[in-house]
Amino acid sequence: MNKIKNLADLKKLQSEVQSKIKLRENGDHPESVVQIKVSMATCGIASGAKEIMTYMIDELDHQGIDSVVTQTGCMGYCYAEPTIELTIPGQQPVVYGFVTKTKAHEIIEKHIKLNEMLDGIIPVTYLLIDN
Amino acid sequence: MAEYTMHILVCGGTGCKASQSELIKSNFKTRLNEYGLSDEIQVILTGCFGFCEKGPIVKILPDNTFYTQVTPEDVSEIIDEHIIKGRQVERLLYKDPETQKTVSTANGMDFYKKQIRIALRNCGFINPENIEEYIGRDGYGALGTCLTEKSPEDVIRIVKESGLRGRGGGGFPTGLKWELTRKSVSDQKYVVCNADEGDPGAFMDRSILEGDPHSVIEAMAICGYCIGADKGLVYIRAEYPLAIERLKIAIRQASEYGLLGDGILGTDFNFSIEIRYGAGAFVCGEETALIHSMEGHRGEPSVKPPFPAEKGYNGKPTNVNNVETFANIPVIINKGSAWFASIGTEKSKGTKVFALAGNINNVGLIEVPMGITLREIIYDIGGGIKDGREFKAVQTGGPSGGCLTKSFLDTPIDYDNLVAAGSMMGSGGMIVLDDTSCMVAIAKFYLEFTLDESCGKCTPCRIGNKRLYEILEKITDGKGTKEDLSRLRMLSNVIKDTSLCGLGQTSPNPVLSTLDHFYDEYLAHVTTSSCPAGQCKALVHYTIDAEHCTGCTLCFRNCPVGAISGEKRSPHYIDQSLCIKCGVCFEKCKFDAVLIA
Amino acid sequence: MEMINLTIDNKPVVVPYGTTILKAASGIGIDIPTLCYMKLDDMNIENKPGGCRVCVVEVKGRRNLSPACCTEVTEGMEVETHTIRAVNARRTVVELILSDHPADCLICAKSGNCDLQDMAHHLGVRKIHYEGEKSMYREDTSPAIIREIDKCIMCRRCETMCNDVQTVGVLSAVNRGFHAVVAPAFEMNLDHSVCTYCGQCVAVCPTGALTEVDETGAVIRALSDPTKTVIVQTAPAVRAALGEEFGMEAGTLVTGKMVAALRRLGFNYVFDTDFAADLTIMEEGTELLTRLSAFIAGDKKVKLPILTSCCPAWVKFFEHSFPELKDIPSTARSPQQMFGSIAKTYFADKIEVKRENLVVVSIMPCVAKKYESSRPEFSVNGNPDVDFALTTRELARLIKLGNIDFKALPNEDFDQPLGESTGAAVIFGTTGGVIEAAVRTAYEIFTGKPLPRLDFEELRGMDGLRKATIDFNGTPIHIGIAHGLGNARKLLEEIQAGKSEFHAIEIMSCPGGCIGGGGQPYHHGDAEILKKRQRAIYSEDTNKTIRKSHENPYITKLYEEFLGAPNSEKSHHLLHTKYFDRS
Repeated sequence: MNKIKNLADLKKLQSEVQSKIKLRENGDHPESVVQIKVSMATCGIASGAKEIMTYMIDELDHQGIDSVVTQTGCMGYCYAEPTIELTIPGQQPVVYGFVTKTKAHEIIEKHIKLNEMLDGIIPVTYLLIDN
Repeated sequence: MAEYTMHILVCGGTGCKASQSELIKSNFKTRLNEYGLSDEIQVILTGCFGFCEKGPIVKILPDNTFYTQVTPEDVSEIIDEHIIKGRQVERLLYKDPETQKTVSTANGMDFYKKQIRIALRNCGFINPENIEEYIGRDGYGALGTCLTEKSPEDVIRIVKESGLRGRGGGGFPTGLKWELTRKSVSDQKYVVCNADEGDPGAFMDRSILEGDPHSVIEAMAICGYCIGADKGLVYIRAEYPLAIERLKIAIRQASEYGLLGDGILGTDFNFSIEIRYGAGAFVCGEETALIHSMEGHRGEPSVKPPFPAEKGYNGKPTNVNNVETFANIPVIINKGSAWFASIGTEKSKGTKVFALAGNINNVGLIEVPMGITLREIIYDIGGGIKDGREFKAVQTGGPSGGCLTKSFLDTPIDYDNLVAAGSMMGSGGMIVLDDTSCMVAIAKFYLEFTLDESCGKCTPCRIGNKRLYEILEKITDGKGTKEDLSRLRMLSNVIKDTSLCGLGQTSPNPVLSTLDHFYDEYLAHVTTSSCPAGQCKALVHYTIDAEHCTGCTLCFRNCPVGAISGEKRSPHYIDQSLCIKCGVCFEKCKFDAVLIA
Repeated sequence: MEMINLTIDNKPVVVPYGTTILKAASGIGIDIPTLCYMKLDDMNIENKPGGCRVCVVEVKGRRNLSPACCTEVTEGMEVETHTIRAVNARRTVVELILSDHPADCLICAKSGNCDLQDMAHHLGVRKIHYEGEKSMYREDTSPAIIREIDKCIMCRRCETMCNDVQTVGVLSAVNRGFHAVVAPAFEMNLDHSVCTYCGQCVAVCPTGALTEVDETGAVIRALSDPTKTVIVQTAPAVRAALGEEFGMEAGTLVTGKMVAALRRLGFNYVFDTDFAADLTIMEEGTELLTRLSAFIAGDKKVKLPILTSCCPAWVKFFEHSFPELKDIPSTARSPQQMFGSIAKTYFADKIEVKRENLVVVSIMPCVAKKYESSRPEFSVNGNPDVDFALTTRELARLIKLGNIDFKALPNEDFDQPLGESTGAAVIFGTTGGVIEAAVRTAYEIFTGKPLPRLDFEELRGMDGLRKATIDFNGTPIHIGIAHGLGNARKLLEEIQAGKSEFHAIEIMSCPGGCIGGGGQPYHHGDAEILKKRQRAIYSEDTNKTIRKSHENPYITKLYEEFLGAPNSEKSHHLLHTKYFDRS
């Protein structure tokens, strides 16, 4: 490790390491940031949920959007895997099905950033995961 | 380095470590390795979460799941269920004792709801052995700001305006102390961190040093900058091996990163820190005694003035602050004095960490805003009295404090209110007593502690406390008289009035406050030779209720002195002249036939 | 100097900044009682732990009572010294001390001389309202000092002497709380420690916790044994202090009465250690001159400075702490031991008494002399050169036992041949005296000329460290003087570092030299007493007809008849010694 020679150095290092802590900070208060739950049961994993999850984590991080991406169990929409549940702070959660990388990109660009609903929302027929 | 998608925080405080939390951590690592998840999921040993009653704690983020009382064997299930399948392990979640509902997040638990964590902000959150995690939490930013943007006077002004008072017990305004030390002229000054925490049951400072050592290091450097010292010393008791280890690592890392040493952050400010070990003497928490101990002399206080700010370590101006006081400093600098001063009461700002113990459901470490009531602490955070018993008193301030009764439950807690109520803030010990506690015995317990821990330098503390203790012993032995009660008060007042240091001046507090609030209980001991709480062995008689006794002979067979006699299947009898009041018969009897009176 | 205005018991007083309440009060006739506090004025010795809490007073505006001995005055301070609160606290504190004290005053060695006893009386304590456990410790007996620490009141005076003044560091507070007491490390016995037996702890102990080993009984038995010839020698400092034990003014010389008393006690011969002091000068002075001449001649092996060796505590001190310097002190025995050696050879032969039947008693201002006389190298076939070394205080007890009205005694003279002495020998009793005596002789021998003056004022005084340069007819001789082992340590460290400028150094363990010895009547913290004794010593010197050791006719005769010459082989055998590494 090189010595921190001045305040700018410290600030630089701080911004580098902050992202590692960010996940914990956001996780502690998930209601204040964008929450994405990726369904990761066998069916989800088989249809590529893992890649979607990694993609979303990387992309959100890259764009500097405070978010919490977690995995969850089977949501019951095995026909529509991979599925994700998106919660924008202060809004009701929505579930997207058949999420590909392109779709995921679109969700970030449109829904998360501009708050525009996209096609492919599965009508919620169940109570929220947490309940 | 790849970003982790999940963090598993395992409590590495002394309490949880004693319950194998290190094994829990290594089990997690092994299992994650087996699943090939080591690159995605990070396992971190953190400092204390505070909820020691339910330790070891494992917290999973970003899922924000708070597992309690985890054993090393539970790890597989957590991984298989939670990590792989995304299903919370229900049985390891906290169950609200009232609603019996499981609560999966800390934020949802009553224990945490009313807490504001400033001094403990990083405890249970970061890996204390990794400076980068501290830096990621604005760490050393306050030092950077001070060194490059603020004059020492500016910083002292901020600390003064924040209203921060010494958290070690005395409550002296921290900014004022810094200012006094700054004004002393000398070629050499010192910053001393008092980590000689000694109140029975208290572990605030230990937890901070174990969980967030860098916050103390950063604050000491800021203090050094303010008072003009380039040398810091941490006086820590040798019984805190984990805190010492973490502190050592932190000092080494800070030096490697150039945050300690010469020319910090490109300025001409130099600051280094050394550790000094104490042998665990309570009196060494008194600053002059602490300084003598560091100098290699007997740890005993000397008369003030001169104060350490004028003549301290090696005769040089020295600023002594407690661990918790220091831990508040970086946040005050970062968030501003107005923010800090907005928390708390008029004369006591910010928060206070308490070690909650005694007959209470949620034993642990809590940080609450000044001005919170005892009721909130005991019933909301603490989850009420154990076994549904009745609240009797709460002892604050450790052996120097006093007992507060029901009538103080709604008093806002701050330095001045506690003193007015006959107790004190102390360093933050808080022991809750239920109706089975004998207040005379409690006073005796605390006095015994002071007696052992007195340095013996001054007469009132050395001999006076001994005599005080002997009078209490006489009372609990049933040999006391009413005159003894007035003698107790008289002697207590002289000890308070004449002792050399804070230890002696406050040692009679437990006696005086119990005399004030529970005089009837004392009176019962000396007039009717009875202990209302049924605790004083000498005043208690075990008898057998012939109506309930079935003659099962269990008591007879277990009595160690053969004081019980009786035929099978007929009522038994206890010979009082032989009974040693061990209580075994009472415990063994299955028919509630043994009575205590 | 900044002046401070305050009132004490409603009386206004103005004192310099930094004055304590105690001092400010005493200036206006208010005598606040103290117990642990002790200050020897002008000697830089102060014990101020603020521990006993007897001197507490009420200061307006302060929550607690303040100890007068260590609370400095502040502007506008209002002090009240005898409010009911202060008096009650003071009496309670003394009662508490008494509640943990054996209270065996009737048979205690310090009865009548005990500060605690005085305090209880002063405060009118008539009942001890507290009872309970009492501290119990085993008694620790060494060759010189007895520790009965049941009687320790934690005043810490002994600790101040042992650590700050003497830098010996044997005594310090150990244990906590009720069990706190002053003791050697690990509560070991004194004779296992590095204790030098200087006795300064005994000199300042306010109670009977530290006393000298009492050998009066053994001396009485010897005196009543018809088969024994019992002779006595008296050290120079004793005559300047003994009178105090009989209510006489400090500094009263009682040489003649002392001799008369000893004779009445039944000693067969009453001799003077001063005689041996003159002998010491001959031996030590010769040694100095030999080393000095060799040094001036360019001998690089010669060790300078030479250090005096009269003081047994000092000898034990360097044996423990500076063993690598053990070649530097003079090899000359102390006067006490020279006397014993000569008495049991030369004098025993003269009066035809067998060594075993001759009992040598010495009266010393010192408790370390008890230890010195017990050192194995100072005995022949198990028979010590000096059988018993009594302190000044023990002699007083003997005199009282002998039903002697001391004040009414006539003045009598010492017996001969070991009773004759010079003024040079008398001043051995004070700091600077030995080296002044040595200079008087060495100068004349070195230069072959008579001294132009006899009083070397530059060597006198009470400063802990003094130095002077004496012109030996063109050769400047640098002389150092230290009293108090802490001061000695400084000079020894200079020697160790090769930085010492001195040719000769006199070292005495006790502050003031032997006049302030651990066996002297108790000074109770009054340094004026020591100064009066010092003046008495110098006046005896002035009044002597012979004031140079080499002019003592009996010394000349001793060399002619018995020893040959100073530093002769016989002298070496009888009058010199060697030192041991005790580190």
